[in-house]
Amino acid sequence: MDPVAAKFIGAGLASLGMGLAAIGVGTIFGNFLSGALRNPSAADGQFPRAFIGAALAEGLGIFAFVVALVLLFVV
Amino acid sequence: MAAGGGIDPIHQFHITEIVALKPFGLNLSFTNTSLWMVIVLATVSAIMIYGSSQRAVVPGRLQSLAEMIYEFVASTLTGVMGKEGMKFFPFVFSLFAFVLASNMLGMIPGSFTVTSQIIVTAAFAVLVISVVLIYGIVKHGSHFFGLFVPSGVPGWLLPFMVLIEVVSFLSRPVSLSLRLFGNMLAGHIALKVFGGFVVALIAAGGAATIIAPLPLLLAVALTALEFLVAFLQAYVFAILTCVYLNDALHPGH
Repeated sequence: MDPVAAKFIGAGLASLGMGLAAIGVGTIFGNFLSGALRNPSAADGQFPRAFIGAALAEGLGIFAFVVALVLLFVV
Repeated sequence: MAAGGGIDPIHQFHITEIVALKPFGLNLSFTNTSLWMVIVLATVSAIMIYGSSQRAVVPGRLQSLAEMIYEFVASTLTGVMGKEGMKFFPFVFSLFAFVLASNMLGMIPGSFTVTSQIIVTAAFAVLVISVVLIYGIVKHGSHFFGLFVPSGVPGWLLPFMVLIEVVSFLSRPVSLSLRLFGNMLAGHIALKVFGGFVVALIAAGGAATIIAPLPLLLAVALTALEFLVAFLQAYVFAILTCVYLNDALHPGH
């Protein structure tokens, strides 16, 4: 395969990881919201935890993004 | 060069030297990154010094801003670490203020985003992890390494759990730095790409010019989103710093 074409295909495949991370972040905030609507008084205290979870899930998507960028601009 | 209209979305992150300083083969030049770090530092210092110099009972705008930032960081910190975590307040507050100010100043068109350079965010992350390690080992000695040994795990599983905990600890500085860097980089590239669409559509002329406002509207919406991300990433950086420092303060599960 042409190395340049392989590079772009690889970058495109790496971008899939960002979409998968989006599922994770959506799951976290969706579950947080459904829990918060059932017990609104406890929601404020758990808000930072939702963000920590979202940040950790998002970080993996960012890894995928960095892999795509490295393939596009560095390799 | 990107394909769309000769607009290079990466160009905005290029580091240029303003004052070249190269003693003994070391490159210590004053670059545009250094200039914007100085600007960020001056902005934060100005807000905090002028904001706290009034000491009015009914705060003015600047004083409310300074108090809001203080209250916000203090409540985040005590929420994660409890009252004794306040000894780390100056550290966490400086990190939060610097990251927030550089993210926000980076949103000014034509400015330079310091946090979009991975060396800057990596230096912050290494600083945080160094503080965690040094404080944890000085305060708790070998007991600090109990962090890697989860309690209530069956014996045969323990080696694997320790391995996983060590790897997860080692990946913390990597993910901490890459998260901030990646978010800033991705957001600014997206803004530039959508701006490039507008230029390319207008340059194409004819029917393409009519739909040129569509990417412009999207770029405006993206700018609003970027302001949210700029704040959110500073918050996430601060709260993860608190979580990691909490491990040094109270090791063991």
